[in-house]
Amino acid sequence: MKADAPPKLSFWRKSLNARSALLYLFPSILLFAVFIFYPMFRTIYLSFFLTDQQGAAALFVGLENYAYLFESKEFRNSIKATVLFVLYTVPTGVIIALFLALIANERLKGIGFFRTVYSSTMGISVAASSVVWLFLFHPSIGMFNRLLNVMNLPGVQWLLDPDWALVSISISTIWMNIGFSFLILLGGLQNIDEYLYESARIDGAGYWYQLRRITIPMLSPTLFFIITISLINAFQTFGQVDILTKGGPSQATNLIVYSIYREAFVNYQFGTASAQAVFLFICILIVTILQFKLGEKKVHYQ
Amino acid sequence: MKKVELVGVSKSYDKKTEVISDITVSIEPGEFFVLVGPSGCGKSTMLRMIAGLEEITGGILKIGDVESNWLPPSKRDISMVFQNYALYPHLTVEENIIFGLHVKKISKTERKKRCEDVAEMLGLTPYLKRKPRELSGGQRQRVALARAIVNQAPICLMDEPLSNLDAKLRAHMRSEIRQIQRRLGITMIYVTHDQVEAMTMGDRIMILHDGKIQQIGKPIDIYNNPANPFVATFIGSPPMNIGEGKVNQEKDQVVFSEEAKLAIPEEDRQLLKTDRIIVGIRPEHLKAATKETKTEDKVYVKTTNVEVLGNETIFSFEMGGREWMAKWTGQWRIDVGDVVPIVISYDSVCLFDSDTEKIIKTPTDIENHVFDKEVFL
Repeated sequence: MKADAPPKLSFWRKSLNARSALLYLFPSILLFAVFIFYPMFRTIYLSFFLTDQQGAAALFVGLENYAYLFESKEFRNSIKATVLFVLYTVPTGVIIALFLALIANERLKGIGFFRTVYSSTMGISVAASSVVWLFLFHPSIGMFNRLLNVMNLPGVQWLLDPDWALVSISISTIWMNIGFSFLILLGGLQNIDEYLYESARIDGAGYWYQLRRITIPMLSPTLFFIITISLINAFQTFGQVDILTKGGPSQATNLIVYSIYREAFVNYQFGTASAQAVFLFICILIVTILQFKLGEKKVHYQ
Repeated sequence: MKKVELVGVSKSYDKKTEVISDITVSIEPGEFFVLVGPSGCGKSTMLRMIAGLEEITGGILKIGDVESNWLPPSKRDISMVFQNYALYPHLTVEENIIFGLHVKKISKTERKKRCEDVAEMLGLTPYLKRKPRELSGGQRQRVALARAIVNQAPICLMDEPLSNLDAKLRAHMRSEIRQIQRRLGITMIYVTHDQVEAMTMGDRIMILHDGKIQQIGKPIDIYNNPANPFVATFIGSPPMNIGEGKVNQEKDQVVFSEEAKLAIPEEDRQLLKTDRIIVGIRPEHLKAATKETKTEDKVYVKTTNVEVLGNETIFSFEMGGREWMAKWTGQWRIDVGDVVPIVISYDSVCLFDSDTEKIIKTPTDIENHVFDKEVFL
C-alpha cells in the first residue's frame, strides 16, 4: 500500500522542464530584453517626465506631455500626414504587387528574369534608393519633369510643393516596398495547387472567375500578412522622409516617426518625443488588433 | 454516353522523343475503360490529353465523332476526378459540388436539386455544410466523385482516384464507382497503376508501357492470353513466372534449367523457329506432383520463402536463375528449405518468341470453369 503513494518530488526536480526551457529561451530573452523591452519601458517612463539635454529624467509631469501633444497643431498635422501616407501607400502597394505577382506567376519563357526584376527593390537600401529618387524628382534635371516637358506639360515641384511632397514620398515608398510584397505574394500564388485550376478549366471557369473564386480566397492568408506588414511599415517610415524632404515643405511630410526624431534629437525634448512614440505604439497596436478581428472571418487558413 | 476515339495519337515535349506514341483505340459509349501501366508509362499524360489539359502533338482525338484536338477542356463534355481530389479547401462540400454548375449558369433551384440528388446517392447529405479539411479521406473522395457526376457529363475521366485510400476503403470504393458508372451509363476512362483495379473494374483494359500500347482487351482475355512477357508479368498477382528456355536440336524439348525440361508435342514443333524461347507459367498452374505423376515429369525445387494466406499457400523457389512462385489452394505445411516435387504441365505454359517478345503459344489448360444451365436446376 505504501508503495502506491506518489513519491514526493523536490521543487528542484519538478522544475526540471521549466529550467531547461528557460535555458533554451535565454539567448532570445537576453536580446529582446536589451533591445526591445528595456527601450520600450524606458520610453514609457520618459514620456511622464521633462528631461535635460542628455535625456535624463529631470521633472515628473504626469500626463502633461500627452496633453501638450494633443494641443499642438504641429503634432495633429503630423498625424494627418501619417494617416494620408498610409492610405496612399498600403492599398496601392499591395494591389500593384498582387498584379505583378499574378503576371509573373504565368509559365512563360524567361519569366525568371521578370521575377528577379520585380523583386529587386528588396535588395536596395532605403538610403540608396532615396538618393536615386532625389534625382528623379529634381525640378530641372529630374526624369519626371523632363518627361512632362516632352509632353508639353508644366513641370511639377515634386518635393518642394506642399501639395505634391507627400505624394512624391508615397510614390517612392510604394516602389521600395513592392519587391518584398511581390516576393511574398508570388510565393503564396505558387503554393496554390495547380489541380484546382485544371479542375476549374474543365468546369469552364474563365480567368476572372478563377481569380475571384480560387486565387484570391486561397491567397487570403498571404494577403492578410502583407497588408499587416505594409501597414506597420508605413506607420514607421523614416528614411525616405529624412533624405528626400526632411519633413518639409511646411511640415507636409512630417510623418510621426520623423517628428519623434526631430523632437528628440534636434529639439532635445525627450519627454514629448517619448510621448509621441507611445502614442504611435498604441495606434499601431489598435490598428493591428482591429485588422485581426475584422480580417479573421475573411481569411481562409488551410 | 459518348464515344471517344484516338487515332495515332502521340505526345512529345521536345519534338524529338515521344512520351506517348501512336495510340489508336476506340472507347465505346458507356464503356468502363481502364488505362493501366507502371509509373511513368504515360497513362496520366494520355488522360490529360483527352481532357485537354495537355496538348496533343500528333494524331486525332475524336469525342462523339467530333474532332476535338483543339477544343478547350470545358467544351469536351467531360468531367474529371483528380488523384488528390482537387477540392477547393475554402468552399464547403456543397459549394464544391456545385462549383461547375455555377460556372455553367444553371439555375439556383436546379443546382440545389442536383446537388441534393448526388449527395443522397453518395451518402454525403450530412456533410454538405462542412469544409473538405473536416472530412476523412474516403469522404473527400466521395465529394470529388460527386463533383464529377453532378455535371451529368457523358464522359468521366479518373486519374488514380483511389490511390490515397487505405486497402479496405479502396476495395469498397472500387465496387461503388463501378456501380455508379453502370447506373448512370457514363463512358468512363479510368487510369490506375494497380492491376487489381484494372482487372476488377474494367470492361476493357489497355496496358501501356513506355508510351506504347502493349495490349487492349477484356481483363480475362488479357490474363489468359498475354501478348508479351511484360503484360504477362504485369497482370496477375503473384506475377507470371518467366524463364528463358533453350530449344534442343530435335525440337522436342525446351530446357530452362538443369532440372526442368518441357516436352513439346509433335504438332507444336513447327512453332519453334529459333533456338531460344521465353517460357511463362502462372503460379496457380504449377501443381504438386502426385503418386501418379511420371518420374520424368517431376521437378524438385527447394523453397526459399513460404507464405500461408489461410486459404492458399504461396511459396517461392529458384528456377534457372530467377525467383519463381507457386500458388496452391489450401494450407500446405511447407518449411523454408524443403524440397518439393512439382509438375510443369505443357498445356498451361505460355511461350514467347525471345526476339520479338510476341506470344507463340497460349495456355490451353487454364482451369476455367463454366456454369452450365443444368447446374442451377
